[in-house]
Amino acid sequence: MSELFRRDPRAQWIARNRLHPLHQALSVGPVYGPSGLLRKNLHIIGFIGPNGLKRIDRSGASGGMDGGSRRSATAASAVVLPLHQIAEPAFYVLVVLDLVSGRLNGHDKDTLGLAQQLANRDSGGGAVVAVAFGELKDQSLDTAGVDRLIHLQGNAYQDYNPEQRCDDLKHIVEQLKPQQILLPDSINGGGDLGRRLAVKIGERPACGVWKLNDDSIVCRASAGLRDITKPLTKLMLVMEECYEPVSETRHESIGLEKSTLSLVNNKLSDHGKISVDPNAIPLAEAGFILSGGNGISDWPQFHHAASVLGATEGASRVAVDDGNMPRERQVGATGTWVTAQVYIAVGISGAIQHMQGIGQCDKVVAINTDEGCDMVKRADLSAIGDSSEILTRLVEMVEQRQQQNNEGVVNE
Amino acid sequence: MSDNKLSVISLVSIGQHPSSGRARRAEQDGRAVELGLKLAGDNLSVLHAGEQPEHVSKQTALRSYLGMGLSELTLLEMSSDADAALVIAEHLTDHNNDIILTGVRSESGESSGMLPYLLAEKLGLAMVTSVADILSVDKTNNRAEVLQALPRGQRRKLTVELPFIASVDMAATVGRQSAFGPAKRGDITALESANIDDVQAQSWQVSTAKKRPKRLKIVKAKTAADRFKAATAKASGGGGKVVHGVEESAQAIFDLLVEERMI
Repeated sequence: MSELFRRDPRAQWIARNRLHPLHQALSVGPVYGPSGLLRKNLHIIGFIGPNGLKRIDRSGASGGMDGGSRRSATAASAVVLPLHQIAEPAFYVLVVLDLVSGRLNGHDKDTLGLAQQLANRDSGGGAVVAVAFGELKDQSLDTAGVDRLIHLQGNAYQDYNPEQRCDDLKHIVEQLKPQQILLPDSINGGGDLGRRLAVKIGERPACGVWKLNDDSIVCRASAGLRDITKPLTKLMLVMEECYEPVSETRHESIGLEKSTLSLVNNKLSDHGKISVDPNAIPLAEAGFILSGGNGISDWPQFHHAASVLGATEGASRVAVDDGNMPRERQVGATGTWVTAQVYIAVGISGAIQHMQGIGQCDKVVAINTDEGCDMVKRADLSAIGDSSEILTRLVEMVEQRQQQNNEGVVNE
Repeated sequence: MSDNKLSVISLVSIGQHPSSGRARRAEQDGRAVELGLKLAGDNLSVLHAGEQPEHVSKQTALRSYLGMGLSELTLLEMSSDADAALVIAEHLTDHNNDIILTGVRSESGESSGMLPYLLAEKLGLAMVTSVADILSVDKTNNRAEVLQALPRGQRRKLTVELPFIASVDMAATVGRQSAFGPAKRGDITALESANIDDVQAQSWQVSTAKKRPKRLKIVKAKTAADRFKAATAKASGGGGKVVHGVEESAQAIFDLLVEERMI
């Protein structure tokens, strides 16, 4: 149902025409109170128009009287998607999520979409079990298509421990006996974990799956030069956009209890990420960008802030044209399309070409003096004020934190 | 670093140019040989499993590894539809190599990237994927420090027990240029191997890759007005937080950066 009020000219005409055979049925009679007085509810007269103003239809008032309540009811129900419940799963489809920085990404959602298709085709009745390792910040697991959830967390899972994860997965597979196991064939861990699991359970995987036809799958082979069509396999490593993500149903995402897991003897041990020169990372794949525009007056301070924060430097077109930044640092439709996880725009008002360039970014922070600019409308967090003052304070805070961390290391 | 006792082997394949399809030195295998040369110098052994190349272009491609400064290359003869992982595993069981280097995935065949994992399981070794560099090898403690390439240009440091298998990522140092003379002079030693056929793969249908359809942006609006709005509206985050004042702003941004683990 639309939220827009629509006139029904025929009903209005019937309401005006007392000789019409339907006139009696359509026109609501007057309401009398307990004392016999004629009552008029002034609040339900008229309706709220598309621009938010109250409108009173004097032309005979057909649907306008009860329209208000009907519209509000439909507006509330439009948001809630139908709940897809699987009480007694006939079989399971296992999905191992990548969860980059604790959130579902597009690749995870596509994988879940394919898993739901596999669980519900033919007679259906299957449930999609998602396995999440480590931190899980995402609240949208139910709308992404997770029927059951196994969440393994602990200190060990904060690091890179593929051997432990692979062993856990093997236990889960033995316990649930899933019909299919799906992993994203990504460089964020899914590709590695899937191949380890394949070897461990002795199952030949289908890698680079990008299409599902009835009972066969199409895989990219020869580094993208060939397609291999093969029968559906148990273990599949799927590519991005292999299937449409779930969008029309809500799922239960009930937590499953996990069996006691054994610790394995790791041959690999993680020593954490090492610092790389942020400006040596190509702008298109940088994860954290500090971008400067026309609003910056103190460029040395901007460069200092970027180095303290450990952010890759970017710039708007104006900053590049004015000679403050090199051309290869330009972000936007005419420069580089960036995919950063956090993008801080300092003194950039947000030309449409620039907004196109940052369309893929997750979190956008705007630092600007003008509250009405387009960048502030797009941003997840907007700081209104003088950019150099805010950057100075931010740099102080970060330096303080780094000092504390260093002291902590020394004390230990 | 070039420990004389360290035995390193690089597994190489014949690559395929992505647009012309012509046989060439595989990009990642070239990097694996380069890394092996850095670790072991002249002691590096190089292994290729496949048919004796008949076509000149394939011979040139295989010899281009020799042109990187190797005197010898071992060719493990097997038919083109045999399972390379099993053949190589059988060959390597009686060689006690400390480090085995491969590319992440091949440029021809199924290119599933399973070979290093299968070898690791068969030989009982540790496996490290997407290696950008091997920093140090400590043979007395049986440990090596490895730099792993992550998405977004990040690097992770790992220590791994020797012996291990590493698949070399595109982030590693580019393989050196192949010189014509050494490539011609180098020896290719052919070895017979057990022929283990890949039965499953025989039923697959292989075709030229189709262009993948571009995903359309589907607007699930029920009225014309909503569709119009979706087509014309500017990108907006929809109710982002707005903060005023220097101290509060800096604190809010700081909190967000901490939450996203950027600092």
